[in-house]
Amino acid sequence: MNRFERLFEEHEIVLGDGAMGTMLQSLGLPSGYAPELWNVEHPEKVQSVHRGYIEAGSMIITTNSFGGTRFRLALHNMEHRVAELNQAAARIAREVAGDRVAVAGSMGPTGELLVPYGTLTFEEAKAAYAEQAAALAEGGVDFFIIETMSALEEVQAAVEGAREATGGSLPIAVTMTFDTHGHTMMGVSPEQAIEAIYKMGVRYIGSNCGNGPEETIAAMEKMAARKPEDVILIAQSNAGVPRWQKGGQIVYDGTPEVMAQYAVRVRDLGVRYIGACCGSTPAHIRAMAEALGLA
Amino acid sequence: MSNQELTPFEELPEELQELYETMQDDLYDGYADKVVEGTKKALEMGRSPAEILNYGLIAGMDIVGEDFGAGILFVPEVLMAAKAMKAAMEILRPLLTQTGSPRIGRIVMGTVKGDIHDIGKNLVSMMLEGAGFEVIDVGINTDADVFLAAIKEHNADLLGMSALLTTTMPYMKVVIDRLREEGWRDKVRVLVGGAPLSEAFAEEIGADAYCRDASVAVEVAKKFMALKRQAA
Repeated sequence: MNRFERLFEEHEIVLGDGAMGTMLQSLGLPSGYAPELWNVEHPEKVQSVHRGYIEAGSMIITTNSFGGTRFRLALHNMEHRVAELNQAAARIAREVAGDRVAVAGSMGPTGELLVPYGTLTFEEAKAAYAEQAAALAEGGVDFFIIETMSALEEVQAAVEGAREATGGSLPIAVTMTFDTHGHTMMGVSPEQAIEAIYKMGVRYIGSNCGNGPEETIAAMEKMAARKPEDVILIAQSNAGVPRWQKGGQIVYDGTPEVMAQYAVRVRDLGVRYIGACCGSTPAHIRAMAEALGLA
Repeated sequence: MSNQELTPFEELPEELQELYETMQDDLYDGYADKVVEGTKKALEMGRSPAEILNYGLIAGMDIVGEDFGAGILFVPEVLMAAKAMKAAMEILRPLLTQTGSPRIGRIVMGTVKGDIHDIGKNLVSMMLEGAGFEVIDVGINTDADVFLAAIKEHNADLLGMSALLTTTMPYMKVVIDRLREEGWRDKVRVLVGGAPLSEAFAEEIGADAYCRDASVAVEVAKKFMALKRQAA
């Protein structure tokens, strides 16, 4: 059985991991530098983040490949390195995960708008996701997590791309970001999201990133109310919102305690895959594990 | 050219008021063809390009902006409305250049150095154009030199900076400091926006306004231009 699916057979609550990008920044990733490059330049640092989460109790770790489509990499003139950087992301995560921990292959938005709003065609988007998914699969991910999405058309392209690349052999999870008046930037409500993504044949659906736990909890309430029986809900909130400190430090205001309370609240809503996003650290995940009685 | 020189909307013939209101509705719905059609019709009726721009297009974009700010419309609807406006502007722009530009202000817009995100910045640019601003878009990953050069070259009234990342937002302060060093800080009002920003951040770095979303950016930009005109 697939490692990811097995987790849900064996555990009522599956603890995800926390942020990668903000962790790499604290390890010295320069502003504006493509985090995916560190998969080959500083794999030990990326692995240290993964290890930190596993030690804190994460049962799933997420690859450092969020911006790994050719469209994101093109902004760093690295569109020719999609296969290399995504494979490396998966391989280094797989190395530290062992057999008990599942590896999520992170696929984020292309950053482009699909026609008619922008110039990216559905087929181009699908091909880009297929290219990324193939590399992640080759590197050894256990499933794909298509995350921080705002447009359903782009979700569809990613889902179809991932399926095409792997012949549907790996599970797919999708989370959208409901950070604009309770909707995604493109105006999708949590109710519309769960309905549409379910129709795409995806059974792991939820919400990630955004403006902190309250917003994520509100979205999960709406999803939980509409949830078909066979859907497993996912919540991965940011650790609050970034606050500017005098002197130029930027810190997320969601403490481990705040995130522990969030974890309990989404569990009580029926969410089974619980993790965190930007600004979170292994300390947050540990606090969540303890609050959920997993530690 | 300002609104004062236009016939007040209420004093226009009823037929014309209806035409402009239909244009506003079509713009709201993002029907580019119909907005273009309305623009041509108004021109055939001998109306000035400035009147058509103000009553048919800008007034329509104002409603789009309000509803976007209120969470009634989202990015897709705003983009389609902006596209409809752009299509009509293709017709009006050459005529407006002949009769004198009605631009209410000039703004340099860009995403700061290290940051390659441009959906939000583009949306704000479109909304500002929709409100009658001349927008000089310097693109993504913009360093202080490029911002400063564009501001000087175009003698901009406003500077708009965008960032999506916590790691890139501090660069806004670098640009503002440069403005001050080069003696341009008093000439240019600085607007900042982007997901991780806040009021407190804008204040800390010495910006003039934090804009939560594109419609706030338009409101703030208009307010600053009104203040500037009063002071002149």
